[in-house]
Amino acid sequence: MVTADTAGQPVLEMTGIGKDFGAIRALHGVDMQVFPGEVVGLMGDNGAGKSTLVKIIAGNFPANHGEIRFDGKAVHFHRPIDAREVGIEVVYQDLALADNLTAADNVFLGRELKWKFGPFSFLDHKAMAARALELFGELRSETRPQHLVKQMSGGQRQAVAIARTRLSNAKLVMMDEPTAAISVRQVEQVLSLIHRLKEQGVAVMLISHRMPDVFAVCDRVIVLRRGEKRADKPIRDTSPEEVTALITGAKEAA
Amino acid sequence: MSVPIESPISFANVGRTRWWHSRIFASQTAYVTLALLMLLVVMHFASPFFFTEGNMQNVAKNFSFIAIAALGITFVIITGGIDLSVGSMMCFSAMVTSMVMTELSTPGMPAASLFVHMATDGKTVLANVPGLILVISVLAGLIAALVVGLVNGFCIAVLGLSPFVTTLGMLSIVRGLAYVVSNGRGSFPGGPDADYFYALTSGDLYGVPAPFIYLVILALVMAVVLHHTTFGRHVFALGGNEKAAELTGISVVRVKIEVYVICALAAGLQGIIISGWLGSAPANMATSYELNVIAAAVIGGANLAGGIGGPLGAIVGCVLLEVIRNGLVLAQVNSYWQQTLVGVIIILAVLVDRMRSRMI
Repeated sequence: MVTADTAGQPVLEMTGIGKDFGAIRALHGVDMQVFPGEVVGLMGDNGAGKSTLVKIIAGNFPANHGEIRFDGKAVHFHRPIDAREVGIEVVYQDLALADNLTAADNVFLGRELKWKFGPFSFLDHKAMAARALELFGELRSETRPQHLVKQMSGGQRQAVAIARTRLSNAKLVMMDEPTAAISVRQVEQVLSLIHRLKEQGVAVMLISHRMPDVFAVCDRVIVLRRGEKRADKPIRDTSPEEVTALITGAKEAA
Repeated sequence: MSVPIESPISFANVGRTRWWHSRIFASQTAYVTLALLMLLVVMHFASPFFFTEGNMQNVAKNFSFIAIAALGITFVIITGGIDLSVGSMMCFSAMVTSMVMTELSTPGMPAASLFVHMATDGKTVLANVPGLILVISVLAGLIAALVVGLVNGFCIAVLGLSPFVTTLGMLSIVRGLAYVVSNGRGSFPGGPDADYFYALTSGDLYGVPAPFIYLVILALVMAVVLHHTTFGRHVFALGGNEKAAELTGISVVRVKIEVYVICALAAGLQGIIISGWLGSAPANMATSYELNVIAAAVIGGANLAGGIGGPLGAIVGCVLLEVIRNGLVLAQVNSYWQQTLVGVIIILAVLVDRMRSRMI
């Protein structure tokens, strides 16, 4: 779905992004671009500014300096809903799922399909289950829409959280540590889910500590250290050793 | 059932949940309902009087007296909250209703001339519009409940106070207010509309007690609201994972305020109905009823940790409590045992549910 002319234009473009928390400078002068259908790995040690950057993009709080352009237009987010409206979806580390609801319920949480009867509107269970099943099919995840999330494996939960981002045809999906707390087999599943998103022309930002995962799926890696961007390289031009050196500061920049 | 959706996925590793492992069948409510049915059979053999029409009417009436409030508090419990002020709320609403009714029905009182006039004999008070006083006084009682519910909801959702502490405070505040407005005396519904009031609260329709009819209607409405509307879905989501609910764009503050208002309104309505049955609204009415109401909801399967509960559970819990009480009376057991037994049942019901969820 990536056509020649859209591939040339970045979906997300940030210039000179800075964020201060009181006297602490969390981010300084970060420039970055993300293109459609591209998987970008965002790496850095704890306190490097990864979460701050993600939260700025997700609309949790605004940046103090710099400009964000999404799909060619300058944007200002005040709440997470604003970011979602333009087409940015976030898969949170804890997935933000309600255990006591079914997979379909969770996918549509906050965006339920309804049918109207006079002044009342009721949930359209059938349509939601059908659409959820379709999305799980696209993600090639064996997840039944009517099963409770409580009874699901880590990989299935990831599929539910990712399916949620597919509901609105998001252009950019950010995933915060999606492989941090799951088994080896489930990591495989999640990485293949990321491939599915890429196939459909969605830009993905993967925030991860796990080097093998980043090198398995990402096209490009961005390294942050002490609030500044230290590297932005295609994955084929770098190595896990170099990235580790950049994260720890053994190598200043690349 | 619906036509199965054509599946684009082959489920090689994921089985289908069996029907007896899903929905209502996998809940504590199902087990407690089963226990209740067994208890009914036992009661039938233990006492020839149990299944008589009179006794059944009694049982239906008695459990309806806490079940409406139990429906309301179930909303709050599903969101993971608690409302301890329901007992005081019952009393306050009932008191406001009967005081407004008396006030409007007494010639000479301010505004009373709009509603009543004296008959030619100079003694009988007649209503200008029959039923109007009743409607206004019941509305006044419910508005009092609504205000208290709003304050509860505001403190909990906006100010972020803990539900337990807020409603514990409100328990005391509202009870105090009931004493203040009545000066500690009881208040009696009176005037030309009092007969309608008694008919609607303690009367019956073809032998079915009126409170029971209200209960069934409200329970059906509640089932539809919980499972087939966005609001109900959000109530469950809030109890399952409040942070997730917020991140997915649900207005958590609004839903929370709404559940506390619903709970207060249900308690208020319940109080008004009880005062009709008692024939008065004493200032110490419904003291400690909040514990019965919460116990009934919990026995019926509402989880105090949030996320689970429903109208059937609330009603089954109330019926179970009432059947046990009634049974102990028929079996001529010292009625003081009742409270002890209720406690045992609360713990047993939760224990059985815990064992079941470990087995799956």
